[in-house]
Amino acid sequence: MNNENKKIKIPRAKMPEQPAQERIKNFKEVELGLSEQQAVQESRRCLQCKKPLCVDGCPVEIDIKSFIKLISEKEHKKALDKIREKNALPAICGRVCPQEDQCEKKCILGIKNDPVAIGKLERFVSDFGEKDKKDKKDKISLQNNSIPKLEKSTNTSGGNVIKSAVIGAGPAGLTCAGELVKLGYEVTIFEALHKAGGVLIYGIPEFRLPKSVVEREIEYVKSMGVELILDSVIGKTLTVDELMNKYGYKSVFVATGAGLPYFMDIPGENLNGVYSANEYLTRSNLMKAYIFPNWDTPIKKASKVAVIGGGNVALDSARTAKRLGSENVYLIYRRGEVEMPGRIEEIHHAKAEGIEMIFLTNPVEIIGENGWVKKIRCIKMELGEIDSSGRGRPVPLKGSEHDIEVEVVIMAIGQGPNPLLTSSIPGLKLNKKGNIEADEAGRTNIKGVFAGGDIVSGAATVILAMGAGRVAAHHMDEYIKTGSWL
Amino acid sequence: MVRLIKKEQLTEDIVKFDIEAPIIAEKAKAGQFVIIRTHEEGERIPLTIADNDPEKGTVSIVVLRAGRTTCYLMNMAQGEHILDVVGPLGRETEIENFGKIAVVGGGVGIAPILPITKSMKRAGNYVVSIIGAKNSQSSILKEDMAAFSDESYVCTDDGSEGFHGFVSDFLSDYITKSENSKNSKNIDRVIAIGPVLMMRAVSEVTRKRHIKTVVSLNSIMVDGTGMCGACRVEVNKETRFACVDGPEFDGHEVNFDLLLSRHKMYLKEEKESMDQYLKDHECKLLKHSI
Repeated sequence: MNNENKKIKIPRAKMPEQPAQERIKNFKEVELGLSEQQAVQESRRCLQCKKPLCVDGCPVEIDIKSFIKLISEKEHKKALDKIREKNALPAICGRVCPQEDQCEKKCILGIKNDPVAIGKLERFVSDFGEKDKKDKKDKISLQNNSIPKLEKSTNTSGGNVIKSAVIGAGPAGLTCAGELVKLGYEVTIFEALHKAGGVLIYGIPEFRLPKSVVEREIEYVKSMGVELILDSVIGKTLTVDELMNKYGYKSVFVATGAGLPYFMDIPGENLNGVYSANEYLTRSNLMKAYIFPNWDTPIKKASKVAVIGGGNVALDSARTAKRLGSENVYLIYRRGEVEMPGRIEEIHHAKAEGIEMIFLTNPVEIIGENGWVKKIRCIKMELGEIDSSGRGRPVPLKGSEHDIEVEVVIMAIGQGPNPLLTSSIPGLKLNKKGNIEADEAGRTNIKGVFAGGDIVSGAATVILAMGAGRVAAHHMDEYIKTGSWL
Repeated sequence: MVRLIKKEQLTEDIVKFDIEAPIIAEKAKAGQFVIIRTHEEGERIPLTIADNDPEKGTVSIVVLRAGRTTCYLMNMAQGEHILDVVGPLGRETEIENFGKIAVVGGGVGIAPILPITKSMKRAGNYVVSIIGAKNSQSSILKEDMAAFSDESYVCTDDGSEGFHGFVSDFLSDYITKSENSKNSKNIDRVIAIGPVLMMRAVSEVTRKRHIKTVVSLNSIMVDGTGMCGACRVEVNKETRFACVDGPEFDGHEVNFDLLLSRHKMYLKEEKESMDQYLKDHECKLLKHSI
């Protein structure tokens, strides 16, 4: 038996996880991580292809083959350094990247067998040795001074250090800042909320991405020399113009994300008990409403909850509702299961946790009683012609209206670009949806101002935002050095 | 960390803090608000800016004891620190010379009406201020309001000072008198800030007389930047976010019933939270000497 066949014989590592019945009673992480033995065995499945296709599937081009080889040699620290050359947030990507659509999709092993579990290995190296550390340093506070200690620049060209600003401490912003520091810039990230991380902190729940992991990665970015100023709403507290002309930042990267919740515009949406997924998740994740009243921010607990939508945000909301003690959580989606944009792994997790999926159904009205949600009126849908998304267009079936009794409704039908910052930059070019128009380098139509992540692409993935942050950093460097703006 | 530079008890239930926030102090305009977070486990709560001093680098907030967070804040001493302040948020008040305006403040709403009064006066308006409270002891900022008004009136629910009755009743009488008097000019615009019922009553008084009336809506908020939609209000039958589209709206277009209903969203939880707080603490306010 040749070496390759031997490798194929090894089954793909299976991630241990909390049993569904147990995990719906807590907010702890569902997946527990590979053991060292599992990881080393998994790493040995890798064929070490001469031309590794997996790298093409990675938006930040991690040297996947090399880091996996280092794991097989039990050089986990070196494996982590190898990843960090391209990715400042591996513990996060190892958990929330859709590897099945990216690196793992391209893996040669995947043609006949299961692909190498690249994501799980990435997570393994970034977690390795952290458990011992975590116990010692239980509480990492990211709190810094709320008052920006900015020096007004008297001479913008003075000194050797050139300042660059990043707006938004989410995946795109953190990645861009990390890259800029590596390129020798003095970088400040301005974050609107009281905690850094963006969607990683306010959006993705603890059970999928522990906040201690996010904090650890942010500490790493800070340790590289990035300055982080919280509680700064650029567009209000300071403007981009002030950053560039008063405070001497040579270039600015706008990475404010997809921070505008969409509603359906149906009757009853302002009843008590109706949430945007953004609000529901922010209360639970950022404000820790799941441990109310030990933390002060409340969230409505209800026995019957409807979540509208079929993406990861909808799944996160539904699974949060379940953990808050709801008996019935309905996930109502206008298309079918195969059309769901959410990750397959998370759909499986949600089903195992007892989330009741109602497909080909769409709300038409929320009916209230004394100001509170009582039921949701839905209509059945069928899939018509293929639309621009490549999926069948949902068409309502006349006369199929029916009511579902619920007390809480969570709208998870997508997020758009928040106009607060974009509207504060005079002349900034936006598309019809309000996203910033930027070229492949991240350049906007305003000289020196770059943008990337969800504010440009519309709501997408963490890793794509990181890719945009990385690309923009290098073009910011080029712009600062040459002064040329195409 | 944000230092509480100065604490001043205005009434039994209302405290004014000057907080250290130099950039906000430089930027703040009348009508805008800040969001604060007192401690790690605390809520984010919006508070309208009552004053700002760019020289000293401070903004003033005036807090009414209402729930756990305000109680926590009011128990804090001068010189202590809260965790966060962010702002200035929301749109600023539309300030120009409208002619003769009435500024109407009720209860703790008098605090945010003060900077608007100042700005309106500076813009050249003839300012009539009408402020209301339960009784003489609970009415705040009387002298400050009078200092920036051409005419100033105090109303109390129990008649212990000034006009005996609601500010809306006083305003109604005032407008009627002006209409019937040859020497007195009619009011061109009203700005009313206070309890929802008061703002609704004021809007009703001015609706039939077609006097533009601006109210400031104190919805429940989380981030204050348009990200969550908790602060949804209905204005002219359209859903708006009070944090970014407001907080000020045309009082004749606001669905006040919805606002009142949405204020009740967390009544049960607020009580639970307060009860838990009072188990471990007391609301020291009454005993606390500053």
